[in-house]
Amino acid sequence: MNTTAPRKPDGGRPAGRQRRGRGGAHRVSAAPYLFLTPAVVLFTLFTAVPVGYTVYLSLRKIKVSGLGLGKGSRQEVFVGLDNYVAAIGDAELWAGWLRVLGYGTLVLVVMLGLALLFALLLDSAHVRLARFSRIAIFLPYAVPGVVATLLWGFLYLPSLSPITKVIEIDLLGSGTVVFSMANVAIWGGVGFNMLVLYTTLRAVPRSYYEAARIDGASELQIALRIKIPILTPAIILTTVFSIIATIQVFTEPTALRPLTNTISSTWSPLMKVYRDAFVTGDLYSAAATSIVIAGVSLILSFGFLRVVRNRAFGEG
Amino acid sequence: MTRTRLAAVTAAMLAVVLAGCSGGSDGSTSSEEENSTSAGPVTLTYWTWAPNMDKIAEVWNAANPDIQVTVNKQAGGDDAAAKFLTAAKAGNPPDLVQAEYQMLPSFVAAEAVADLTEEAASLKGEFSDGLWNLVTLGTDSVYGIPQDSGPMMLYYRKDLFDKYGIEVPKTWEEYAEAARTVRKKDPKVYLGTFSSKDPGSFAGLAQQAGGQWWSISGDAWKVNINDAATTKVAEYWGGLVKEGVIDDQPYFTPEWNKALNDGTLLTWPSAVWAPGTLSTNAPDGKGKWAVAPLPQWNEGENYSGFWGGSSTAVAAKSPHKAAAVKFATWLNTDPEALKLLVEEAAVYPAATKGSEALTEAPEYFENQPDFWKQASEVAATARGFTFGPNVNVAYDAFKNAFDKAVQEKSSFTEALNSVQEAAVADMRNSGFQLAQ
Repeated sequence: MNTTAPRKPDGGRPAGRQRRGRGGAHRVSAAPYLFLTPAVVLFTLFTAVPVGYTVYLSLRKIKVSGLGLGKGSRQEVFVGLDNYVAAIGDAELWAGWLRVLGYGTLVLVVMLGLALLFALLLDSAHVRLARFSRIAIFLPYAVPGVVATLLWGFLYLPSLSPITKVIEIDLLGSGTVVFSMANVAIWGGVGFNMLVLYTTLRAVPRSYYEAARIDGASELQIALRIKIPILTPAIILTTVFSIIATIQVFTEPTALRPLTNTISSTWSPLMKVYRDAFVTGDLYSAAATSIVIAGVSLILSFGFLRVVRNRAFGEG
Repeated sequence: MTRTRLAAVTAAMLAVVLAGCSGGSDGSTSSEEENSTSAGPVTLTYWTWAPNMDKIAEVWNAANPDIQVTVNKQAGGDDAAAKFLTAAKAGNPPDLVQAEYQMLPSFVAAEAVADLTEEAASLKGEFSDGLWNLVTLGTDSVYGIPQDSGPMMLYYRKDLFDKYGIEVPKTWEEYAEAARTVRKKDPKVYLGTFSSKDPGSFAGLAQQAGGQWWSISGDAWKVNINDAATTKVAEYWGGLVKEGVIDDQPYFTPEWNKALNDGTLLTWPSAVWAPGTLSTNAPDGKGKWAVAPLPQWNEGENYSGFWGGSSTAVAAKSPHKAAAVKFATWLNTDPEALKLLVEEAAVYPAATKGSEALTEAPEYFENQPDFWKQASEVAATARGFTFGPNVNVAYDAFKNAFDKAVQEKSSFTEALNSVQEAAVADMRNSGFQLAQ
């Protein structure tokens, strides 16, 4: 008792100062949260809640009893990870992944290769009609995917196609349909990717090239030694976007499907989700498959980023 | 103090946003409740894809100021069914919906449509037993009011049959023989095509052969998609496709339209609604196509099947069930409405007395004045079957399996077996009681 009393003012002063200091920090730290609120609220409402609801649905299932007719014969029950087990164990889903892998590799390589080539050509010193070419290459991007697919689809149909009149080939056959589909995606995607790369190139100070030219570099050498290294981050960006887009391939096969019997309703993983949710009416397994697709998509895009991170950003 | 203010601001924002989200639905439910209790006019929404249905609804609206029907035009087919099921799940379905017979069991199973036994059981006498069965699913309940039906017939190019010297085939055997003859006479021309994308058409042909895909025995479903009759049909078409004497392109594609139009496709086993399709998809064939009964499996038999056809169902969540049934009853059984259905919507009415409205042959078939007489004779011989609660699953499996079989020229019997397996697996997985 005696000993504690004199200490009180001593100990109280720093404590009081601390409390005041903490209070000040509160006032300062409230503002960031306030600024964050709109983003957090929007994120919660439009991302976290829907994703959460999808996860919730994916853990449930309709259980029917008896004939399934009449009131109360259907119940939504909790089934744990059953839907995931079914989704991962479904051979059709993996076959779909394989098809998309083949298609995606084709699209990525050709589309980004062409985009890079066009960007470099348009940026080179000797190009003529640059404005027109730029717009002409970009224009297909402005055509909606469904329209583009139907437009090409009619060109593929044997009896209507001018192509098949010249060369005897079934463009919608089981072996060729993937190329026909990739062609639509490439046609629509080159322009956008070219524009991203081209814009990056235009931001490069011209003095680099002058210096290179004075050193005796040819246009080809400038492209290979200067432009492509400068473009690397942009190429990686477009690649990540394209990976995500090809994993989500849906429009082209869905719009082509009525024209041919080579595309099944589960051709791509996303088509299977659509089939499950809206054709066969099983929202629950569709939800589980969606989560699996999101997972694969994340793994692939982040995996790719990780692999190239050092090259792209490590030096910067 | 700042913390409480922050919390208050957040709470207020959330409240505003949440109110914004839920405000609309709150408003509409309360107004609907008012409608159902007060004496004011009831407004019904009706999803349908039959052409000119809005004009028919106008006739009703003029005579019934208390019950106003708004027609909401839909795309037909599987998409329409999916859309209705989704809307029902979401809690905002239309009051009335056009429900294809094969989709009705799915609607019933999903509790999306109302049981109309009380209001509509008395209408039984207006329809043939076969059609009435399709809306009761063989139970004591009534889930819809039959609107139109699609008995199948053989549509053929009369002019080109004459040119190639082919008789109208009376049996499927003769049909196969004719297919071979046509290929010999002109390798660019096919007698017919097998469409792997139209399970509804295949179901009709299976019905003709006597197939019974689903049936209810006691408290359990029996699934028999690969029964002997259907297997026979699958083997027949599979054989023709493999032999290369008929084409394998799906119906309703630009490619197929062109073939119908330019005379490189000579027949189409289709339903009574085909004149509508032919006149839009093959305008150049006007007056050149004719109709005959379907070829038979055994000489002397006289059977047909149904492809398509639909009923008018009332959504389970509709607050105006009685009014909706009243309109649906008028639409599908009143002589004036039946006449309008024939003339405006170009459907073949399900009601027995609908045939009175069918006098003049469709314009496309003006060369065949007895078109409706033929149709009603065929309709009397058409046999249907009960559709199960997962037709959508079976049809999707059909498309994928037969697409593949056509592509790889592999066995149609195997494809049919896989459809049966898919349908059974789905029902077992959902927990339906299955009979062995």
